[in-house]
Amino acid sequence: MPRRLLKFAVNSWLGRRHPEPRMFRAPERLKAGYEVVIIGGGGHGLAAAYYLARDHGIRDVVVIERGYLAGGNTARNTTIIRANYLTPEGVKFYDASMKLWRELSAELDFNLFYSPRGHLTLAHSDADLRTARWRAEVNKHFGVDSEVVDAGFVKKRVPEINLHCGGLTPIVGALYHAPGAIARHDAVAWGYARGADQLGVEIHQDTEVLGIDVVGGAVTGVRTSRGHIATKRVLCAVAGRTPAILEMIGLDSPLAIHPLQAMVSEPLKPWLDPIIVSSSLHAYVSQSARGELVMGASLDPHELHSTRSTLDFAEGLAANMLNLFPFLSEVKVNRQWAGMADMTPDFTPIMGVTPCEGFFLDAGWGTWGFKATPISGKTMSHTVATGANHPLIESFSLARFARLELTGEKGAAAVGH
Amino acid sequence: MKLITCPLNGPRPLLEFVCGGEVRAMPDPDTSSDGVWTAWLLNRNSVARVRREWWCHTPSGYWFIAERDTASDDFLKTYDAADAVGAGA
Repeated sequence: MPRRLLKFAVNSWLGRRHPEPRMFRAPERLKAGYEVVIIGGGGHGLAAAYYLARDHGIRDVVVIERGYLAGGNTARNTTIIRANYLTPEGVKFYDASMKLWRELSAELDFNLFYSPRGHLTLAHSDADLRTARWRAEVNKHFGVDSEVVDAGFVKKRVPEINLHCGGLTPIVGALYHAPGAIARHDAVAWGYARGADQLGVEIHQDTEVLGIDVVGGAVTGVRTSRGHIATKRVLCAVAGRTPAILEMIGLDSPLAIHPLQAMVSEPLKPWLDPIIVSSSLHAYVSQSARGELVMGASLDPHELHSTRSTLDFAEGLAANMLNLFPFLSEVKVNRQWAGMADMTPDFTPIMGVTPCEGFFLDAGWGTWGFKATPISGKTMSHTVATGANHPLIESFSLARFARLELTGEKGAAAVGH
Repeated sequence: MKLITCPLNGPRPLLEFVCGGEVRAMPDPDTSSDGVWTAWLLNRNSVARVRREWWCHTPSGYWFIAERDTASDDFLKTYDAADAVGAGA
């Protein structure tokens, strides 16, 4: 028996505490005040905490989480990482994120299972091909590896695919994005949490925000279920709960909350290397490190604040999956779940300063939040530290709506366009 | 599949309906400021609560009002728009 295992057994037998250090500390009580309060212990909030401490020397930071760490959309997304968006603002932003992703496992000294697979957006019609060409040209202009490929290329990369696709929607080509990748979502949040904790950031789970104190248009504190916190700076990174937080300080936004469902199959031997997306069929699929097929579709059509799953969704998605991969008819679905996507009218996030002084917003992450985790942490930490929007997020501000300067990011996933 | 009671057609499957969003009073486009108009155009109140919404039964092209809890997805009441007092219709 390995010595380490023996040590665990002896300690356990003696009724001692687990001898290994935990990923992060669990302080018993909140301090009376912090320099920065981050609401939301998901990937975005934890990344912002990490970069605030590492890049800006602000270590008097607390991350408060209503539930448990990374139990919201960080745990509920389909972990696809890519930069082949449509607008210049989007492409530059997500490409900066991909550059961080590549170094992240080494940086956090934690295996994130970051796995570049290649990303195929299938085209089923001339219209699809035209959009693919458009995206490829915008991507290439900004140095992102992206090209239009024919059906033969698709078949070569994924021999199991049925190009005929049920007869109604044959595959005629695809947009191929070689750097497209997947990563282990929990590991990302835990890696950032540990990194932030080691730099002095406090993480408090099971701590709900009840109110935010604003005096003379500026934040002065946060009321929580575990006591009051005095602070002049608050970063809100709570995805589907954003409207409730904004209501506390009387800010309006165009956010609408829709459930986004997903499901996984039972584990299979590795057979699917690239990530497959079909906007026409409203389906996307990749094979995770443990062999499960991770599958998603489009948003639920009407607003709802719930993470319930529906049979209608599973049936509809399964039908489209079988068109792409008929042999999956023998494969069982293992789990199904939903997350609450905070949708904006232009499929672009809302980031940066707000009319309320000291209140910073990281929201509107709809169906595109996971891949942005590192860059959102990086740019939001800069924004919180300096009080001015990072140049990369200038066009993502809340103020764009009042000026009618919407972005129109039609390269977003899980949305019909 | 979930059933919704259409005031005109009775209980029908959810698939036959589309949601037209919350019932809201439109500001007068001739007299409202740009700011008020833009806010009405883009901003939404998406806090979880019971609210009145426009719904359409698509096969019959019939629009009506539903009172729905956006936390539980329960349809509490559905009625014809003509029965809605101050619906902003």
